[in-house]
Amino acid sequence: MNASRKFDPYAYVWRLPLLLWQGAFFVIPLIFMAAMSFWLVKNYRMEPTFVFDNWERMLGRGAFWDAYWITLWRAVLAGVIASAIAFPASLFLAFRLTNSGRRFALLCLIVPFFTSFLVRAYAWQVILAESGPVNAALGGLGLGPFTMLNSGFGAMVGYLTLVLPLVVIFQTWSLAAIDKSLIEAAGNLGASAWATLVRVIIPAAKTGLVLGALFAFIMTFGDFVSPFYLGGSKPPTLTILIIDTTKSGQQWPRAAVVAIVMILTLFAVATAAVKAAYRGRG
Amino acid sequence: MKTFIGWAYLAALFAFIFAPIAASVVFSFNSDRFPTLPLGHFTTDWYARAFSRPEVWQAIGNSLIVAAATSAIASFIGFATAYTDFRYGFRFKPAYLALALLPPTLPLVILGLAMLAWLSQVGLSGTLTGIIIAHVVLATPFAMAICRLRLSQMDPSLESAAWNLGAGPWTAMRHVILPFCAPAIVSALCLTAAVSFDEFIVAWFVSGLNRTVPVLILEILQGNVDPQINAIGTVVFLTSMSLVIAAQFLIFRKRRHE
Repeated sequence: MNASRKFDPYAYVWRLPLLLWQGAFFVIPLIFMAAMSFWLVKNYRMEPTFVFDNWERMLGRGAFWDAYWITLWRAVLAGVIASAIAFPASLFLAFRLTNSGRRFALLCLIVPFFTSFLVRAYAWQVILAESGPVNAALGGLGLGPFTMLNSGFGAMVGYLTLVLPLVVIFQTWSLAAIDKSLIEAAGNLGASAWATLVRVIIPAAKTGLVLGALFAFIMTFGDFVSPFYLGGSKPPTLTILIIDTTKSGQQWPRAAVVAIVMILTLFAVATAAVKAAYRGRG
Repeated sequence: MKTFIGWAYLAALFAFIFAPIAASVVFSFNSDRFPTLPLGHFTTDWYARAFSRPEVWQAIGNSLIVAAATSAIASFIGFATAYTDFRYGFRFKPAYLALALLPPTLPLVILGLAMLAWLSQVGLSGTLTGIIIAHVVLATPFAMAICRLRLSQMDPSLESAAWNLGAGPWTAMRHVILPFCAPAIVSALCLTAAVSFDEFIVAWFVSGLNRTVPVLILEILQGNVDPQINAIGTVVFLTSMSLVIAAQFLIFRKRRHE
């Protein structure tokens, strides 16, 4: 596998495209964004300088921290709720379905990931509206009408639509990979179904369970469609703050401050979660 | 009984996940401006209205250009990266692979801001080229993953055998690796086109007046509730779902015989 030490043009034809493209259009823009957070906007133009003005202004605002905590809280909540809702379905998919049935179900779950989330959010807007189908059906039972949009509930419906397929996929993969003889052994040794679940199945599938929750967290943390179109922007999340600051305020450097705080938070959470996911594994 | 509850739970979960897609299709053929139960009558009026707007066709044209260019470039880079990972070991390879796989985990709003700022520095913001550049960054990891999956099914000694029989590396690539990877490459072309076709946040940040279809939807949405969105959305759903299903079919079909 180890290619010869001397320069091999053939190897570089295949190695360089990624380095060039992601270097020029992924790494450099991010570095530039970080540098830009120290620039100033004068007369609607950015001027290169090195001051902490934007940082002091953004981090000194109560509104920024309100947005920070609500975003973090919702991402944690979505990770927990999505994991809890997905788990029974994943257990069923992993242990009760044939291999081909499971593969078909997982292929179906990949499809929504590649369909317009914007249109899906709009459909929820109509479904959950005050006079929409859900309230009409509940009204037939003598309930409601309930206000579901422009609330934390509305945003959560959006988050779950976004993340559930991926969480189910992660969980099912790790559950299906468990050695079935482990579970039989637990049963033979007299463990109840509950004890087998808690003491054998969950620890064995830990990696997939944690990674599923982590991806739910990351996607919720960075989502702007759910809080904007279903959550009513009140309170604003960090993503809404970035968009408002960029689009209407033309204050790109201040938006960059928010973006960097988000990246640092995601990095810290992801590192901790990956460590937890692989702890106790060779 | 237990199995029945299991099936019911699974069905409920799938219903929740697919409800918005199904609802969008149903509402697009429904006469009510504010759909509720019971539904109004069947109509294709929203389609007629949506697709008589010149800006919709303009956006479709833009989306097709961006998706085609993105899928060609991203699939090439994705294949090259997957092949590099398959064939070579080198220093900094973990960093190389991180660079290959990380972009989709970065929130799109952040990527959009960074792209907007950087592309305006180099004079490319507001152009279709700018959108293509950003979409290739996002789509390449998917192409790389598909090609890598395919390469991992190949016996690595196959290529060395071709070399030993006197084929140069380029000949071996053309007659051994590429034919073996062909289904994965077509699959990558479909999937990356789907990624580009649905992406609207980064495109919204950098597009300016050159709107793609999802950016147009976003701008209509900022106005009023309008069932034309369901009509456009249904067409977008059908396009991306066909691309994704075609991609899955191609990548999983061969496996059964091997």
